[in-house]
Amino acid sequence: MRRIGQVRWELAIVVWAVALGMFFPILWMLLCSFKTEIAAVATPPALFFHPTLENYHAVLERADYLAFARNSVLVSLGSTLLALALAIPAAYSMAFFPTRRTRDILLWMLSTRMLPAVGVLVPIYLLWRDLGLLDTVFGLILIDSISVLPIVVWMLFSFFREVPAVILEASRMDGATQIEELVHVLLPLCTPGIAATALLSIILCWNEAFWSLNLTTVKAATLTTFTASFSSPEGLFWAKLSAASTLSIAPILIFGWMSQRQMVRGLSFGAVK
Amino acid sequence: MATVELRNVRKQFGTHEVIHGIDLLIQDREFIAFVGPSGCGKSTLLRMIAGLEQVTEGEVLIDGSPAQDVPPAKRGLAMVFQSYALYPHMTVAENMSFSLRLSGTPKAEREQKVRTVARILEMEPLLERRPSQLSGGQLQRVAIGRAMVRQPKAFLLDEPLSNLDAALQGQMRLELARLHRELNTTMIYVTHDQLEAMTMADRIVVLNQGNVEQLGSPLELYQHPATFFVAGFIGAPKMNFLDAEVKTVDAQHLTLMLTSGTSITVPAPLQKLNANEKIKLGIRAEHLALEPEGELRGEIEALEHLGPRAYLHTRLADGTRLVAQTDGDTQARPGDHVAFRARSEATHLFNSSGRALTRSDPQAEPC
Repeated sequence: MRRIGQVRWELAIVVWAVALGMFFPILWMLLCSFKTEIAAVATPPALFFHPTLENYHAVLERADYLAFARNSVLVSLGSTLLALALAIPAAYSMAFFPTRRTRDILLWMLSTRMLPAVGVLVPIYLLWRDLGLLDTVFGLILIDSISVLPIVVWMLFSFFREVPAVILEASRMDGATQIEELVHVLLPLCTPGIAATALLSIILCWNEAFWSLNLTTVKAATLTTFTASFSSPEGLFWAKLSAASTLSIAPILIFGWMSQRQMVRGLSFGAVK
Repeated sequence: MATVELRNVRKQFGTHEVIHGIDLLIQDREFIAFVGPSGCGKSTLLRMIAGLEQVTEGEVLIDGSPAQDVPPAKRGLAMVFQSYALYPHMTVAENMSFSLRLSGTPKAEREQKVRTVARILEMEPLLERRPSQLSGGQLQRVAIGRAMVRQPKAFLLDEPLSNLDAALQGQMRLELARLHRELNTTMIYVTHDQLEAMTMADRIVVLNQGNVEQLGSPLELYQHPATFFVAGFIGAPKMNFLDAEVKTVDAQHLTLMLTSGTSITVPAPLQKLNANEKIKLGIRAEHLALEPEGELRGEIEALEHLGPRAYLHTRLADGTRLVAQTDGDTQARPGDHVAFRARSEATHLFNSSGRALTRSDPQAEPC
C-alpha cells in the first residue's frame, strides 16, 4: 500500500513538471501581453512589473477582432462538419466491410498528412484562384476539412471498430437499412468518440495557419492571420503580438477547458468499456 | 410460420469451402437443431438462412420462394444471438420495439405489443432498464422478446444459452420448449451442446466439417446413429468404442475378437463382412451390466455418483477406457476389478470408413 502511494507521489511530480513545461510558453505570452514593449524584451526578463492594458487597446484599435473571430468560428465548425460528413460513411465502410486494401487505404490517407503543405501550395493556390475560392470562408473550409480528414477518418474508424458487428447485424435483422443502422445504432453508440473527434478537429482547424495565411487576405482571414499581422521584421512588437495571440487562443482555450470531460471520455472510449 | 428449404447450399470463404452442398427441408412449425463441434459450419448455415452471409452456390427458399437475394430485413425472420446483441443505448422496451419503429408501426400498437411479449416472458418490471443493468438471464429474455415482438415467420437462435450458467440453461431450455409450443412457429436452433438439441428439438441435424452427418429425431440419432461421428457426438456419457476384428460371421451371429483378447458375439448386421475385417464396436454406458462372468474385464479408475445412477470409469486389460452405468447405490470402489456384460442386441457396429452397419431395423438406414 505504501509503495503504491509513493509511486503515485513521484508520478504526480513528473506529471506536474511536464504540464508546467508545456504551459510555460502560454503563461509567458500571457505575462508579456500585459507588459510594455520595452519590458517585454528586457533582459533579464522582469517577473514583477506594472501590468498595462495598452497592448490590448492598440491591437483592438488596429484590427476588427470580431470579424476575424467570426471567420475562425465559421471555418472550424464548417470544416469539422464537412469532414465528419465525409468521414462517417468512409469509416463505417472500412470498419464493417473491410477489403484486402482497407489497411493500405488508411495508411495512404494518413500519409497525406506527412506531406508538407507547402509542397502543394502552388497547385492549390492556382486551383482556388481559378475556382474563385481565394479569400472566401468556403474556400478555407474546403481546404481545412481536406487536411483534417485523414485524422477524422482514422479516429472514427478506431471508434467504430469497438462496436461489435453483431449489434449492427441485429439491427439488420430488425429491418434497418444501412442508413437507419448508421443513424439509429452506430452513431448513438459512438457519440463520445464522435464528440472527441469533432472537438479535436475544431481545435486543429482553429489553429491552422498555413492555408489561412496563404489563401486569405481580408474577407475570410481567421484569427491566425490576425495574430500574424502583428509580427514585423523590425521594431518592438512582442507585447502587441502576445496580446493578439492571447486574444486568438482565448476562445479555443475556454472551449477546450469546457469540453475536456467529453474529450477524455471520447479518447478513452472502448478502452474502459 | 414458414418452411425453410436449402438446396445444394455451398459456402466458400475465399478459396476455403466450409459448407459442401447441403440439402435440407425444415417443416413449418418445426423445432430443428443444428448441432456439431465448433467449426462444423452450423452457425454459417444459420447466417445464410438469416441473410447475414451470402450463399456461394445453391438456393435458400423461405415458404417456397427463393430468398438468397432478399436482404435480411425482408426475409421475415428474427434472430437471437449468442452474445444477445442488444442495443446498449436503448431501454429494454426500446430494444424490443426497434423493429416495429423501423417498420412505421404506430406508437400505441408498439407499446401494446411490447407489453404483451413482456408479460409472456415475465419481464414487465425490466422494460425501462438498460441492458447494462440486467443479468445474463434477463438479457437473454430481452433478446428473445425482441425477436418475438416482430412475430417472425421463423426464429433463428444461435447458441442462445451458451453464455448462461448451468442452472439457468436448464430453466431456459424448458422455457424455450414451452415458447415453441405456445408460439407455434418454426424455430432453427444452433448449438454445440447435444443435450440442448436432444431436449428441445423435434429433429436434429448433426453437422461435421460442412456436411450433414445425419438428420433425424433425437431418439433416432441416439438409438440408430448412422455414423461413428454421430454415435460419439450424441449422448452423454459418450458411447464406448472398442476396436475389434471379425472372427466368424453367419446369418444370425457375428463373433468379434476384441483387442483385449476376449471374444464377443452380437447379432449380425445386414451388410456382408469378411473374416479378419477390422470394425468398431459401440456400446452405450447403460447397455453394460456388472456381471462376474461378463466378457469385458477391467479395473475401476473413477466413480461418478449422480444420485439415481453412477458411472464406473473402467480401464480394460488392453488400456481401452469404458464407461458403464450402474445403480446409484453401487458398492463398487475405484481399484476394484470388475467384469461387464454388454447387451449384445443394443450394440452398434461401424465399418472402417465410419458408417454404421445396420441390423433389421429400417430406421437405422444411413441418410
